[in-house]
Amino acid sequence: MTEFVEIDEREAPPQYAGYADWFRKNFLKSPLHVFLSVGSISFAVFVIYSFLDWVLFGATFTGDGQENCSIYYACWPFIYARFNQFMYGFYPREEQWRINIVAVMVLLSFVWLMLKNVPYKKYVALFLVVGVPVMVVVLIYGMFGLTHVPTTQWGGLTLTLTIAFTAISLSLPLGTLLALGRRSKMPVVSILSVSFIELIRAVPLITVLFMASILLPIFLPQGMTIDKLLRALIGLTLFVSAYMAEVVRGGLQGVPSGQTEAAKSLGMSHWQITGLIVLPQALRMSIPGITNQFIAIFKDTTLVIVIGLFDLMGSINAAISDTRWTGMELEGFVFAGAIYFLFCNTMSRVGRRIEENYRVGH
Amino acid sequence: MSNAQTRSLLIQAAVIILILLGLYYFVTNAAENLKALGLASGYSFLNQLAGFDISFSIIEYDRTTATNLRVFFVGVTNTLFLSLVCIVLATILGTVIGILQLLGNLPLEKVCRAYIETTRNIPVLLQLSFWYICVLSAMPHLKNSLSLFDAFFLNVRGLYVPWPVEAEGTNAFWVALIVGAVTWFVLSRWALRKRVNTGQSVPGNAIGFGIFVALIAGAWLIFGAACTWEVPVLKGFNFRGGAYLPPEFVAMMLGLSIYTAGFIAELVRGGILAVSKGQYEAASSLGLSDWRVMRLVMIPQAMRLIVPPLTSQYLNVVKNSSLGVAIAYPDVVSVFTGTTLNQTGRAIEIVAMTMAFYLTISLLISIYMNWYNKRVALVER
Repeated sequence: MTEFVEIDEREAPPQYAGYADWFRKNFLKSPLHVFLSVGSISFAVFVIYSFLDWVLFGATFTGDGQENCSIYYACWPFIYARFNQFMYGFYPREEQWRINIVAVMVLLSFVWLMLKNVPYKKYVALFLVVGVPVMVVVLIYGMFGLTHVPTTQWGGLTLTLTIAFTAISLSLPLGTLLALGRRSKMPVVSILSVSFIELIRAVPLITVLFMASILLPIFLPQGMTIDKLLRALIGLTLFVSAYMAEVVRGGLQGVPSGQTEAAKSLGMSHWQITGLIVLPQALRMSIPGITNQFIAIFKDTTLVIVIGLFDLMGSINAAISDTRWTGMELEGFVFAGAIYFLFCNTMSRVGRRIEENYRVGH
Repeated sequence: MSNAQTRSLLIQAAVIILILLGLYYFVTNAAENLKALGLASGYSFLNQLAGFDISFSIIEYDRTTATNLRVFFVGVTNTLFLSLVCIVLATILGTVIGILQLLGNLPLEKVCRAYIETTRNIPVLLQLSFWYICVLSAMPHLKNSLSLFDAFFLNVRGLYVPWPVEAEGTNAFWVALIVGAVTWFVLSRWALRKRVNTGQSVPGNAIGFGIFVALIAGAWLIFGAACTWEVPVLKGFNFRGGAYLPPEFVAMMLGLSIYTAGFIAELVRGGILAVSKGQYEAASSLGLSDWRVMRLVMIPQAMRLIVPPLTSQYLNVVKNSSLGVAIAYPDVVSVFTGTTLNQTGRAIEIVAMTMAFYLTISLLISIYMNWYNKRVALVER
């Protein structure tokens, strides 16, 4: 019979055993992994170095024209020279402070909302939804003694953000209504909602924009004209609402029917149940989908160039076809790409943070 | 009738009346506007001569005889051809990138993440312009074309690729292919049924595959090659032979495939990760080999999650191909909703036809989706 030997208590094997161990576990598991690690690191180094070389090391930063620039490297004076146009379009220079005020207010509100433990968040959110559109009309469009700036002069990043902000803030309530309509027990309402949603989702945004820009004037009384920007906004908002409706519907389906039944047994009315019980839960569940839609809207604003508006992408296109600067396409696209990337990436980060804040349960 | 029912009926009646009033308003306005502008309506314009050139078409197009209806079909086929190529390329690229992230190699994962983040966070229109203007317009001229195996040539005028031409063995090849495939299918079904019914294992699948290969090889040996490849050759001022793809097509192909692959990669990664680890462990403990665990347990379950969003990505490819209008690729929106509309002015009819085309595609895709979902739905007790 073997005797039991009592051994000393041992510590659990460490989860973390220094850099060398981490390195071995992640990079050098097997010959295949060594090959993959070396391959992907050299690929990354090559791409990053070539990019930095073009953007930074070999690039020209000073000068008024392109005489100092090499064709093999970036020529940033082009961006300086056109910076104003990229940001404000053809908005008159002496009036641009109006755009800046709105931009600062919007930015401050967003920062305020993202901060933790600050008061009056409700009012700040209300200001974003109601106050900002009023500010856009009063300040940027021009009212109450301010010079009127027609929307044909709007452009650049200002226009991109105006379009995106409007479409985002209008499409969420519209989409929610459509989603509720789709689930409605009234056949007329649900059939109308379903046909609208499915029709819009089946066709590309370009055709919807064409419809808004070409067909809308035909269907309106003679002599009545709608601003081109407004037409684009109508088209884009309707388009995005259909997608938003599907996202919200997913959330609505995720709310267990026990919630509705419990609320009914408390004697709540249909609209109370929808507004106070079902929708808050459904919207919380659809946050990831809603964030994705916001990012999609922001990227889709570029399509307004096909109906002749000059958003950021449009002003880049206009600037690179200027004969005083040749071969500036890549500079323009990298600049615009960086801005779009920055905004989309920030949106997805913020979305993830909101999702975490509202997470309940386990 | 209860109070709630009456209210519901009243609301619905009000909605219908509002919609009808709105329709009446819009239609009368449209009729007046069209009369004032002196524009005719109806579809008679489809038989009129189009009279403009289209730079690239899959089906034959001759500007001297082609009607507007022909233009519509050229646009539709161009859209479908481009979408098909992009769907195939994006699926391959996306699947590879999705799987590469799951190998457990950190640097590789980071590279794939960077690819996905970049392609997903930059508007597709910007990416298409980049490929068209910065890459394809910067290609060398004819004499210095980039070439691959002396068979593929890329220059500023576009891409030249080898193309199969009929040879003496073509008919024999098709016959062998069809007969072989049918035999293979029948044999494998027979073997499966036999195993299910009697428990006896017959290598029907392997035998079927052997017959399939043997038939095709036999046809090749007896009747000659199935096709000969016509390789583009530089003659004078252009390449002759092979197939030619214009730079607009190549830019759309690259841009759309690379953009869509980023989304597909995320779907593939998410789908595989969502299959629970217990499934893998249970299948392994039954003694299945790794390959069989993948083929019989993991992939079928992952596919159930991947296919529905994947089909909607495919629909997105078809819709995004309409962005060809921005870089002058002659898709249906560009030639029909663009040029034809400008020439004939029949806005309502043309937009309706374009939307009908996209609706048909989307309807076909959702019919397929419903069929697939029904087929793979979990069978619950």
